[in-house]
Amino acid sequence: MVKVLVCMKLVSDPEAPVSSFKVDSEAKQVIAASGSPPVINPFDENALEAALKLKDITDVKITIISMGQNLAKAVLRKTLAVGAEELILLDDVAFDDLNGFSTAFVLAAAIIKIGEFDIILCGRQSADTNAGQVGSGIAQILKIPCVTVVRQLKINDGKLTVERVVSAGYEIIEVMTPVLFTVGNESGELRAATLKAIMESQKKPIITWKAGDICLDALPQKQVNLIKLVTPPHSQISCQIVEGQSPEVAGVNLANKLKEVKII
Amino acid sequence: MEHKSIMVHCEVANGKLASIANELLGCASKIASELGQEVCALIMGSNIASVAQEAIALGANKVYVADDDQLENYQTELYIQVFENVITQIMPQVIILGQTDIGRDLAPSLAFRLGNPVAMDCIELNIEPSSKQLLFTRSVYGGKAQATLVFNSFPQIATVRAKTMEPLEFDNSRKGEVIVVNTQLNMEAVRTKILQRVGEEESGVRIEDASVLVVGGRGIGSADGFKQLEELALLLNGAVGASRPPCDNGWVSEKLQIGLTGKVIAPDIYFAIALSGSSQHMAGCSRSKNIVAINLDPQADIFNEACVGVVGDWKKVLPAFISRVRELINK
Repeated sequence: MVKVLVCMKLVSDPEAPVSSFKVDSEAKQVIAASGSPPVINPFDENALEAALKLKDITDVKITIISMGQNLAKAVLRKTLAVGAEELILLDDVAFDDLNGFSTAFVLAAAIIKIGEFDIILCGRQSADTNAGQVGSGIAQILKIPCVTVVRQLKINDGKLTVERVVSAGYEIIEVMTPVLFTVGNESGELRAATLKAIMESQKKPIITWKAGDICLDALPQKQVNLIKLVTPPHSQISCQIVEGQSPEVAGVNLANKLKEVKII
Repeated sequence: MEHKSIMVHCEVANGKLASIANELLGCASKIASELGQEVCALIMGSNIASVAQEAIALGANKVYVADDDQLENYQTELYIQVFENVITQIMPQVIILGQTDIGRDLAPSLAFRLGNPVAMDCIELNIEPSSKQLLFTRSVYGGKAQATLVFNSFPQIATVRAKTMEPLEFDNSRKGEVIVVNTQLNMEAVRTKILQRVGEEESGVRIEDASVLVVGGRGIGSADGFKQLEELALLLNGAVGASRPPCDNGWVSEKLQIGLTGKVIAPDIYFAIALSGSSQHMAGCSRSKNIVAINLDPQADIFNEACVGVVGDWKKVLPAFISRVRELINK
């Protein structure tokens, strides 16, 4: 049986209307939009889908790990409904709003407590920080190889082949377990849960660990200090709207306009 | 030993410095002159020694050249080894890499190997005037906000987004030192094996090189719809791109994706067709010189980014636009 761990982060909904996004620059925090519950980071959903695609073809046990404070269990339960076997919540005030550097150490410590595993899957970056460092960080801390932005996982007797996506195409890479992979949208959207699976998932275990339950001696003293958080300066551009009696006429007028202002 | 010098990872493409490397050297030069330090370029690859002079002409005071067959293709572990080797020699204060396929993979792994944090995808690097601390500004929440970070340890590691920094003028009279790195690679430590590389480059003008981009969004509706965009691109000697939904829907190859996790470009003209202009997408194109939008929705965010546009159905606007452009070109 292949033991797969999937790290999943709850984030504020990146698809929420832009108008609901507000920054408190004094507190250096984003103001949570009321009535908009957190969602699972979209790339982490792709990571779970990659795990499930592997489970479609071989014997796999999937454990979900999520870190934060007052984690929205209802949102994370979805992972059990689509096929993960268990959910481990690292839920503690100490885990609230950690930067990527510290997060990698906390997740690595939790994984060490979990014990043996074959594959760790992480989304390539989170929708809030957009950093893309935690996956690689966990791998370095655990001293396992890391392959980023993969799709098409195939496993044969502890040996994995994956496609690593690069801008010019892809590479076919072979690596032995234990290994960490980061995943992007190329692995496909997370499948929907059937009603039956949703019901059955009520019986699956949700385990909660506090900071004291995992060994955090290795947490580094190095600091990353956020000194400023602002919305970007408002664009100075005002758009000239070209009109016309019909869309076709507007199209012609647009071409004329671009010629007139020497854009074309 | 004090940490000095600004170290720059200079990627090589087609036997020359990649444009991102030029931008990073420009950025590093500015910082170095404000701090009274040197710019040390690190070039890794196979048969890349000739590129060292280019790096000097673009601002490097020293160029460390790691030339080894095993470095021809990027491998995380090998590139980290070379970095660690050079870092012990020069003890840099700052290490800058490009936010590229390589940088996205290498920077976090290198940083954690060194036990240090990293600032990814920075759009600005500034120096706080009194403390001389480095301020790393990066976009967050898909571009809806900007965060400025400081670190309290060295080296300070960052990747920088393409098209955000200015290169220096190429000046062949600049002098610099070229240092050959004794690579001494430990191949045993490499645990991933590249079996094959598959190229999937689009034919025609490359997106990164095109001065005109014709980009379609969710509103294009189908793969067929993109044929019209191809027509306009061909007419203006440009390339076709897409936001994420057309790629996710399989209407176009994901190689066309422009945005936060796609390509970052800054062409002269950016046609945004049936594309809402979400911040994740604009992260890939906001530095375009002229953005022209066609969208059915007058409230679409793209109209806050475009300099000129039409509110209307692209299916009707675009063909008429293309015909008229053809007439104007032929005059």
